[in-house]
Amino acid sequence: MPLIMLSSPHLHGGDSIRMQMLTVILALLPATLVAVYLFGWLAVLMICTTIAVCLLTEAVCLKLMGRPLSTLLDQSAALTGLLLALTLPAATPWWMVVLGAVFAIVLGKQVYGGLGYNIFNPALSARVILLISFPLQMTTWIVPMSMPDAALNLYDISEALTLFLHGPAALAAGFDAVTMATPLGHIKTEATLGVPVADALAAYHYSYLDAFLGAEAGSLGETSALALLIGGIFLLARHTITWHIPVAYLGTMALLAGIFHAIDPTHFAPPLFHLFAGGLMLCAFFMATDPVSSPVTRLGQIVFGIGCGVLTWSIRSFGGYPEGAMFAVLLMNCAVPLIDHYCRPTVYGHGSD
Amino acid sequence: MPAMLRTLAQRLGLMSDTFPGGIHPEEHKLSAGLPIEMNALAPIHILPMKQHIGEACSPLVSVGDRVLRGQKIAKAEGYLSVPVHAPTSGTVVKIEEHAIAHPSGMGMPSIFIESDGDDAADASLQPLTDWINCDPTMLRERARVCGLAGLGGAVFPTFIKLVKDQRYPIDTVILNGIECEPFLTNDHALMQAHADEIVVGLAMLRHMVGATAALIAIEENKPEAIAALQQAVADAAMDQVQVVVLPVRYPQGSEKQLIYSLTGKEVPAGKLPMHVGVLCQNVGTTKALHDAILLGRPLTERIVTVSGDALPTPANLCVRLGTPMRSLLERQGLKSMEGVELIHGGPMMGERLRHPDIPVVKSTNGILALSHGFMSAAHSVEQPCIRCGHCSEACPVSLVPNLLADQCRADQFDKAESYNLFDCIECGCCSYVCPSNIPLVHYFRYGKGQLALQRREQAFAEASRQRSESRMARIEREKAEKAARRSRVRKAHAPAASDAKTADAKVAADTKPATGTDSKEHS
Amino acid sequence: MSNLLYGLLSLGAFALLAGLILAIAQKLFRIEGDPMADKIDALLPQTQCGQCGFPGCKPYATAVAGGEADVNHCVPGGEKTMLQIADLMGVEPKALEEEAAAPRIAFVREDECIGCTLCIKACPVDAIVGAPKQYHTVIVDHCTGCELCIEPCPVDCIDMLTKPELIEHWSWPLPDTKRSQLAHQRRGQHAGHA
Repeated sequence: MPLIMLSSPHLHGGDSIRMQMLTVILALLPATLVAVYLFGWLAVLMICTTIAVCLLTEAVCLKLMGRPLSTLLDQSAALTGLLLALTLPAATPWWMVVLGAVFAIVLGKQVYGGLGYNIFNPALSARVILLISFPLQMTTWIVPMSMPDAALNLYDISEALTLFLHGPAALAAGFDAVTMATPLGHIKTEATLGVPVADALAAYHYSYLDAFLGAEAGSLGETSALALLIGGIFLLARHTITWHIPVAYLGTMALLAGIFHAIDPTHFAPPLFHLFAGGLMLCAFFMATDPVSSPVTRLGQIVFGIGCGVLTWSIRSFGGYPEGAMFAVLLMNCAVPLIDHYCRPTVYGHGSD
Repeated sequence: MPAMLRTLAQRLGLMSDTFPGGIHPEEHKLSAGLPIEMNALAPIHILPMKQHIGEACSPLVSVGDRVLRGQKIAKAEGYLSVPVHAPTSGTVVKIEEHAIAHPSGMGMPSIFIESDGDDAADASLQPLTDWINCDPTMLRERARVCGLAGLGGAVFPTFIKLVKDQRYPIDTVILNGIECEPFLTNDHALMQAHADEIVVGLAMLRHMVGATAALIAIEENKPEAIAALQQAVADAAMDQVQVVVLPVRYPQGSEKQLIYSLTGKEVPAGKLPMHVGVLCQNVGTTKALHDAILLGRPLTERIVTVSGDALPTPANLCVRLGTPMRSLLERQGLKSMEGVELIHGGPMMGERLRHPDIPVVKSTNGILALSHGFMSAAHSVEQPCIRCGHCSEACPVSLVPNLLADQCRADQFDKAESYNLFDCIECGCCSYVCPSNIPLVHYFRYGKGQLALQRREQAFAEASRQRSESRMARIEREKAEKAARRSRVRKAHAPAASDAKTADAKVAADTKPATGTDSKEHS
Repeated sequence: MSNLLYGLLSLGAFALLAGLILAIAQKLFRIEGDPMADKIDALLPQTQCGQCGFPGCKPYATAVAGGEADVNHCVPGGEKTMLQIADLMGVEPKALEEEAAAPRIAFVREDECIGCTLCIKACPVDAIVGAPKQYHTVIVDHCTGCELCIEPCPVDCIDMLTKPELIEHWSWPLPDTKRSQLAHQRRGQHAGHA
């Protein structure tokens, strides 16, 4: 220390990357617990696999690039692994899970130069690669354990292991018995047949309470709006994220859905359905707020959130895919440098120019 | 933003009730509430020729001269400058370069005075007891002659601010008793001990600039100072003086941020507070103004907080300018300089010192002895930016520090300038909150320095080019003259020369060679 | 076949039209002088030292703009200036032949000066003042350190001194962190390859 030129300040607040990552991991705990409750050992297996593979891949990448392995301790790879697992359908076979984790670290993060340089959210980009490459497996949804007609006992480790290793097709119970559609997927399919939204929801036995609590088909960690809200509020309280992105994102979604539902209720789903459905909550609180791939300026974050909202709602309502949250976030990630450039706040003393 | 909107935003918690951004670092005010102790005279006082922002002074004394306390020993050169005075009576023993509190480690010509122990004062300056009937310009001249500069740390020559300008009438005088830097308590101690003098100084300031309203701003972590000043204002029975208690927030003591906190006005970029009708003075400077006018005493001492986690007994000392810092640290029980880092000023904006034999100057509001462990927390290894945006949030001037730092690191200085690099006040809030330990302020200083260097080089190249071009033009002209002269000679021999050539020669002869004389004037 | 003909004809007509527009534009928006030479001149340090082999900065700039000189002859400008000119001209950067020395300024030892005014005449920027049979002296703030005054002096009374570093002109170096140094090295390599 003595010989180097040191500039003020000589005091530090004590925040660190590791601290921020650990806070987010902690905030994901409720959603993780719900995932374990809904999908039993299968969830545990998947989460452990992604985290382990992500850490391993990160270590290999760091080694290859000649960087210190101590960077692993910042926990960003572990967080990427956890986030990836929570966005995957429970029926994803093991090799796809491993592939996704490798994609997330290598293509999502390290090719750009490592932590802090990636344009896209690593977990989301890996998930989208998987979705586009393996559309069938990525849209097969296991009936969660909370449902009375769950044919599988995922709390039994051997059954979960069979499913994890061999996929749903290998099960004795038969493919159709263990899988079901997500609410978003269901209304999308029905809409193509010309069935009004309200009838489609009634046929699905849709309940807002179940959707809010998480008792519905979907990816591991995205079903429970409640658990994700608890995590999001924890992040807000800890000041790891600010309200701008989630509020702008969810607000835009609710507003657009509300307006169009009021105009044409047969074709457009109600706002509350949109808010609780699919990966919106997970994306709004954990993906869109990923600091590296979101704007730094407050105004920029609001613009970013609105953009995500418009895109998500548009894809869900008019696109080919039933869910658009992850595409929306990734598309908006591209626009971040531009948003940051134009949304800089007015500097003190320049208010009148 | 209209005031109503602002109030609404504050109510909803969307906006801070002071200024935007800022942080609340741990206060570490170890010497809070301690009385001011008088420091004994040092055997040698070292007075650098520049203790203010602006041009350096030139010595008025020579080696061997005997000087008295308060005697002017160096005169101000140029407008933005104030003189230096002898801090005690004694003999000038040498005038040479000595290290000062500057990050470069470069020296500054300094006058060394050996104290004779008498501390005899120079009585040539008369106290202006009837200041209320004095012309403001006369009082302003007194502030200049007495060497007053902002004692909050920026050391801007005080007299320059004390101007009564028809175009910019000043309606409010703000006394800055914020002292938001951690560790520092010198203003706190001063306000407790000298509240009456500060209030008289405030009255002088109001008289000098013709202001009606006055605000004394103190942060709420100094209840004793608040009480003392409220009592002093009540005793003096002054109207339109208000002691304003503000929440603790760094960098509230920064002039522009304080003006915003109190009045909601922004000082436009490149302008001074007087352009928005405000005069802002530190409480220490105000006390010094009182001493200069009412006691006829030039600025020769100041209150210094000597503190830090490595110092056994922190204290607030009244120290003569020029006292070597080593003696103060030893007085407060620091046994060895091993493993100790010294900071001149507070931990957020102060400069790290290379060694302790640096004299106390007008800007020395504190001297901190910090342990290596304490310092290294702020200077650990830089990690990649994760763009969390905490720096933008903490920036009191609404810059986007992480983008600026990227530009400075990549030598894209023009871009950095367009992102308002020069509006950075180097308060350090961004570096303080950065989870990646990026030395943001350091990058900004690098960028500012490089930009200044570029500008100097460009200006120099431009001036050289102009001189070179005018020299070329002159040589051409001289050639033409010579040719004309030759043709005139020829004309004398052959009377049928063309008229046009004569006209040309005349024009050339009328325009005198200019550059040679020009450069002499410049020298 | 007729389709092909139409295609050829329409494209040909379009090319003709475009050529016409370009020809008119060139006549209408013609710029007097050589803008490239001025741009290069603005990048040069204006020491007028002649180390490039040209009698000053402007002549060198004109030569570079005209393609008669390489971009790497400005010694005092150093690598920075070379890279800027190469970038402006859109040519490959070339390594410098000579390293730029630390900036220096001329100083006349006045007691030895005989007042011959030869150095005054040699100075390209009029930075030396004096009259015949009087001491000459260098204006410190104007001297570009070109050393052109050394040679003509008949009594060798001119020294080149290092320029005093002013505390006001001191600036912070780049932070001493691994990352910033890496960034700088990488950019250096990049500039070298580009």
